[in-house]
Amino acid sequence: MKKIISCTINGVKQELYLDTRKTLLKMLREDLELMGVHLGCGGGDCGACTVLLNGEPVTSCLVLAADCEGSEITTVEGVQQDDKLHPLQQSMVEKGGIQCGFCTPGMVMNSLALLRENPQPTESEVRHALSGNLCRCTGYAKIVEAVMDVKNLDRITG
Amino acid sequence: MKVVGKHIPHDSAVGHVTGEALFVDDLPSAKDELIVDFIASPVAHGKIIRFNFEELSQLDGIAGIFTHADLPGHNLFGPVIQDERFLAEDIVEYVGQPIAVIAGESRKAVRQAKKQLQLEIEELAPVFTIDEALAAKQFIGEARELKKGDFEKVWNEAEHKIAGTFLCNGQEQFYLESQAALAWRGENGEILVHSSSQNPTEIQEVVAEALGLGFHEVVCVCKRMGGGFGGKETQAVIPAVMAALVAAKTGRSARVAYTKDDDMRSTGKRHPYKIYYKAGFTGAGKITGVKFDIYSNGGAAADLSTAILERTLLHSDNSYFIPNLVFRAMICKTNFPPNTAFRGFGGPQGMANIENVLQEISIVLKKDALEVRRLNCYGHNDQNVTPYGQIVQNHMLPEIIDQLAETSSYKKRLTEVAEFNRKSVTHLRGLALTPLKFGISFTTSFLNQGNALVNVYKDGTVQVSTGGTEMGQGLNTKIRQLVAEEFAISYDDVRIMITSTEKNNNTSPTAASAGTDLNGMAAVNACQKIRRNLTEFASRYFSAPENGIVPSIEHIHFEAGSVYDDRLPENKLTFRKLVLQAYMGQVSLGERGFYKTPGVNLNRETGKGNPFFYFTSGAAVSEVLIDRFTGQLKLERSDILMDIGESINPGIDRGQIIGGFIQGVGWVTNEDLRYSDKGQLLSYSPTTYKIPNIQDLPDIFNLETLENPQHKINIRRSKAVGEPPLMLCLSVWMAVKHALSSVRNDITPRLNLPATAEEILQRLTELNGDLSNPETTAVRATESEVSLVSLPSISG
Repeated sequence: MKKIISCTINGVKQELYLDTRKTLLKMLREDLELMGVHLGCGGGDCGACTVLLNGEPVTSCLVLAADCEGSEITTVEGVQQDDKLHPLQQSMVEKGGIQCGFCTPGMVMNSLALLRENPQPTESEVRHALSGNLCRCTGYAKIVEAVMDVKNLDRITG
Repeated sequence: MKVVGKHIPHDSAVGHVTGEALFVDDLPSAKDELIVDFIASPVAHGKIIRFNFEELSQLDGIAGIFTHADLPGHNLFGPVIQDERFLAEDIVEYVGQPIAVIAGESRKAVRQAKKQLQLEIEELAPVFTIDEALAAKQFIGEARELKKGDFEKVWNEAEHKIAGTFLCNGQEQFYLESQAALAWRGENGEILVHSSSQNPTEIQEVVAEALGLGFHEVVCVCKRMGGGFGGKETQAVIPAVMAALVAAKTGRSARVAYTKDDDMRSTGKRHPYKIYYKAGFTGAGKITGVKFDIYSNGGAAADLSTAILERTLLHSDNSYFIPNLVFRAMICKTNFPPNTAFRGFGGPQGMANIENVLQEISIVLKKDALEVRRLNCYGHNDQNVTPYGQIVQNHMLPEIIDQLAETSSYKKRLTEVAEFNRKSVTHLRGLALTPLKFGISFTTSFLNQGNALVNVYKDGTVQVSTGGTEMGQGLNTKIRQLVAEEFAISYDDVRIMITSTEKNNNTSPTAASAGTDLNGMAAVNACQKIRRNLTEFASRYFSAPENGIVPSIEHIHFEAGSVYDDRLPENKLTFRKLVLQAYMGQVSLGERGFYKTPGVNLNRETGKGNPFFYFTSGAAVSEVLIDRFTGQLKLERSDILMDIGESINPGIDRGQIIGGFIQGVGWVTNEDLRYSDKGQLLSYSPTTYKIPNIQDLPDIFNLETLENPQHKINIRRSKAVGEPPLMLCLSVWMAVKHALSSVRNDITPRLNLPATAEEILQRLTELNGDLSNPETTAVRATESEVSLVSLPSISG
């Protein structure tokens, strides 16, 4: 069965005619070519496909696109502001919280959700927030440093 | 404008945080693209009786099903021994082994066709464990032996002896990006493959051979991998051939992207090992001789197992001088996916075994394990010869151990741990310091070569291509730095281009930690050729015979983006202007560089030689907390000290060290590959296979590097850093053993690897239980005559 889904993705209103069984992940990758949404395990365990659904982080491989009617969705492609890196992105780059980069979009989205709620998280709060995101390269230490070191917090909460 | 030695972010970092950096499966689909999947063996060993592939190929949306009979070339491949079938013929040898390639218009069409599969296989008796393979005498390759001195003599005369069995399990690479490839058929039947591979040259060659093409008719490119860790050194071949076969047969572009589940079920892993060890030693704890009978579980085909076993032999000493030894080693053939490269490449298993031996010596002698390790550690002027005859030179192993013991307050904490263990009825603590010495170079000596292409454009910017592949380790960033430094230009004016067999031929895999050493040196070699051309041109350009300034290359300098003659420094030209002038002066601005590592060799007959250009070394001290009732383990603190020479990029190297260490911690603690009694992997996704999570980071984590003024070789006096830090994880494993050894003092506790909560709990139960029970595996340390395990003989 197919149906029309309307939602706002990275600030742009979209109307898509989709199979009701399609996941949000597939909609973002296949219909909107947002390739920063990565398919890792396909079972909600690795966190690589994390996006924000109405501001809340979700693993998009476990969400049906049809359930996103009227929702606001942000992917890693929608995090930059005025073509400038968001302070969180800047911090991830500078602190070297990135190696192969496959987990990075999910890490960014989950960290963004944390910082919006809690602009100055402690190390244990960062670890708790990112415990659903697997990274095989970095050993996480620099990701924690990057999230804790985000400058210009006003730009996040705004 | 110094670039080398600076912390410059990874060159794809911005692309990754914005989602702009693409992986293979992110590349746009061509209109005619086919989705490629495979039909895998459901059994570990069996004879294919019949299947309905013909019927499936007629289904709607299916473009074709291809078996080994459809290969225009040959079906056999393998990096060392050509014993692996790309598609099974009449016999299947592991669960997940590809039998046929299926191509469809959509994933849905392929999925639906696979549901209608009828595959009849007559099951044959499988062999899974090393013991079963030994009983069935199923081996891969030849037995290997390394001998030094007279082990039997020192064993018979030894003041103290231990013997036992070391057992370790495998490890899944768990790169986040699963295996993937895209293929296109071009004019005249040429094939282009885009592969997530550490070894594009091997993909090029195997695709050509499978399709019956010349190597010149196939191009393989790799932009980046979402992690490799060795798992894409050889095993990217099968998906690449699948895509290429479909493209060749149908003329349409073809895409294959394994699901994580299929990837974990059908690809090889780090080798499980079983090692029978005997060690003789003095009352002070000095090893007089060891004998190791080493068996690896190779899986169903050779893959890289022979090279991996060789590295185990060459790392069974770790950082310790052993005067008399016999190492015998053999690969067992079993019905698992062919085991393959994984960071450390056989080194970790050999090193874990000897660390276990050292720990047991300390337990038997009731000494501090650090004292025993320090006593046996390689020295500078004596006790510095490895089992294979290479002298450990210019190293700082004793200094590293001493400095780390000091900065981590080892002695004080050891006392505190003992005090804690005396008092606590609920928990146990353990503390261990283990050193690391890892040989850098491929032990297959001819692989130690690299080539690079450097093109300087008329605006003074530079493109560099090498055979090295980027998998997150920062190779491209480091090469950009090296090239910018050679021309004294800005880092931003250099770009590293996609890795392609079209530009760099006959390349070695990006492996053995040698990516920067080989490809960086080759790039620098090309830069030096261009610089020579430019210098010669500049010397003429700046000459002023009327003022007595004759052309002289000695006076030409490249500095901060400019070039000048030091006799007329005010006449300097920017690099960009000089390049344009040189172009108009018909000077070559593109060169190819080549590098081979000097002086590395290994005689496989005698087991002697200098297989390594140098060693990367370090040490770690870790403290663990164990719940006595559940066996649950918490890594509380780790301190690391490494000698990585003069770092080209300290930020990237720090990431490699932390990442490698934590990956190793996964291997020694929670990563538990579990199979059914039919050989099906049960822990085939992150729901059941637990790689380290962010919560597994130690609460206190210190990392330092130290200066080694003696290290004067290799590119910019740096050292390889990719694999070595993984083996620092042995400090965690040995800290567990240390904790167990405090339960009672008349027993040497046994500990298999990984030390999962289950494993720890089982050992605690044994230690707390009745030792007369024949089931118990704990070894009595007080026995004067050690009853030895009967050692299976190795032929050859």
